[in-house]
Amino acid sequence: MKLLTGNDLKSGLVTWWTGSDWTLHIEEACDVGDQGDAIAVTEEAARRVNSPYVISGELTDKGPRPAHIKERIRALGPTVRIDLSLKPTDPSAAERVI
Amino acid sequence: MYKYDEYDQAMVDARVAEFADQVKRRLAGEMTEDQFKPLRLMNGLYLQLHAYMLRVAIPYGTLNSQQMHKLADIGRKYDRGYGHFTTRQNIQFNWIKLEDAPAILTELSTVEMHAIQTSGNCIRNISSDQFAGAAADELTDPRPWAELLRQWSSFHPEFSYLPRKFKIAVIAAAEDRAAMRLHDIGIQIIERNGVHGAAIYVGGGMGRTPMIAPLIKDFVPLEDLLSYLEACLRVYNRYGRRDNIYKARIKILIHEIGADSYRDQVDAEFVHVKSLGIDPPRAEFDRIAAQFAMPPLDASAPNDVDRSDPDFAVWLDQNVAEHKVPGHAIITISLKPLHGIPGDATSDQIDVMAQLGREYSQDELRVTHAQNIVLPHVRKADLYAIWQRLDEAGLATPNLDLISDIIACPGLDYCSLANARSIPVAQKIAERFSDLERQRDLGELKLKISGCINACGHHHAGHIGILGVDRKGKENYQLSLGGSGAEDVSLATITGPGFDEDGVIDAIERVTDKYLAERTDGERFVDTYRRIGMAPFKEAIYG
Repeated sequence: MKLLTGNDLKSGLVTWWTGSDWTLHIEEACDVGDQGDAIAVTEEAARRVNSPYVISGELTDKGPRPAHIKERIRALGPTVRIDLSLKPTDPSAAERVI
Repeated sequence: MYKYDEYDQAMVDARVAEFADQVKRRLAGEMTEDQFKPLRLMNGLYLQLHAYMLRVAIPYGTLNSQQMHKLADIGRKYDRGYGHFTTRQNIQFNWIKLEDAPAILTELSTVEMHAIQTSGNCIRNISSDQFAGAAADELTDPRPWAELLRQWSSFHPEFSYLPRKFKIAVIAAAEDRAAMRLHDIGIQIIERNGVHGAAIYVGGGMGRTPMIAPLIKDFVPLEDLLSYLEACLRVYNRYGRRDNIYKARIKILIHEIGADSYRDQVDAEFVHVKSLGIDPPRAEFDRIAAQFAMPPLDASAPNDVDRSDPDFAVWLDQNVAEHKVPGHAIITISLKPLHGIPGDATSDQIDVMAQLGREYSQDELRVTHAQNIVLPHVRKADLYAIWQRLDEAGLATPNLDLISDIIACPGLDYCSLANARSIPVAQKIAERFSDLERQRDLGELKLKISGCINACGHHHAGHIGILGVDRKGKENYQLSLGGSGAEDVSLATITGPGFDEDGVIDAIERVTDKYLAERTDGERFVDTYRRIGMAPFKEAIYG
């Protein structure tokens, strides 16, 4: 699957395209197929995202999983500060990312 | 410490106002990211893996308690309650909102701080010896010269768009605590026939092509220093490559044309530059230098320290250095606790250090390139009370220059350029060697980790260096041995094939075991390595 990601213009936080909006949670991301670049142009022009780009991933039973470790860390937060990540109460989150 | 004059403050205030307007225009859609990016970078604002990151300049690593408190406030108010001290003696905040950046810079300006030239292809924060003004072995305090260079390089119109970033360090002691020869320009204040001058080393650096700076001029009279440096930069600006980012640093230029050719061109340029009269009058330098005068320390203060508390005694031996004034000492506060993140401190810890600086260290603190904090002017009689306060705050780790005092870049946990994580490796090494007696038995061992080839973690200069790479989508770690950023400067050599995260920890243990088996009396790890060479270590690692 293909995922569209970027950073929120104001906060800089990592965001994912859901099909109609942007979310912080990769579990809500959709497969953009071959439409990612076109959506990116429109959304960046609307100032709803900063520097969007398309990445590869796979659909798992826990939702979309980026192919590359860098994107998996982006989706979670720093593996060494789980308390600051999107899964602050899940101590095994970092291991799953790696 | 240097105090801003009306020009310094006006320059910073004007820049804050300018950047506030640029942020407003960006948020209003009047600028694209491509247009805005170079502007935010000029103000130290990066877009990193998880958020915007703001890098705040701490000139030559010196700050007062008010400034330190302000950094704590910013961490608390605009970030997530902490900051990360860097290998360029700066601090970074990892979770900044773009819309907050103008307010942060405004707050910084009220304590004479900013984020100008902490990014971009310009002259970056001037770094120096963290013991400057206090070290028993220094010829003079190098910071007045560093401050002069700060003023010279700030908004320098000719050097705002260099081929690549440019880093300068200034020291004035025989012991190099600033990795001086691994800078684009390293300056060592020296004495010849009773006169002070500067030895100028140009073309050092780490990154993908590490090089030790060759000596370009053995003695530049200090009254010519700015003109000579201007000539050095001009030759680089003229001939440095702009067509290939990987070959754009001055070290590549000097490597390609040779040190002699570069020196000849600088000498020729210097004749012209000197005629322009850019060197400040002596009175101006004296005005700056007066602000770095030694604080009023009582040389009759007692030298004896009660060592009856064993934990205190260990910390005293490991983290406290002699001061040039009897009865006083220099404390290095380790930001490398077990399970911690190298260089990180919470806002509460930053406040504690600021308060200790105000109460006990003549209102001065320093940031070291090894990501620790220094209290430079402390009475020996106060050491125990300070240690108790540090201990309460989790800041009394007695591991300075030991294997767990690791330099580590933010790595793939935070940095958009990184290929592998650095911090978890540092934490695992610290855990493997958590027995303090074992660490102290190993002695001075400088271990440095970078998460990519840009080498922000100084792995080339590590007695043991680790470079994280991406190997087919997995983190892999190359081990290297024998580097040093000190006066015995050397570049580390790669041992061989890399390892996964656990594998590199095991490999390091085999290296240290080999060192213990081979060392002779008084030999540090790097001494043994230099004596016996790579082969025995390689055999120990790979079998």
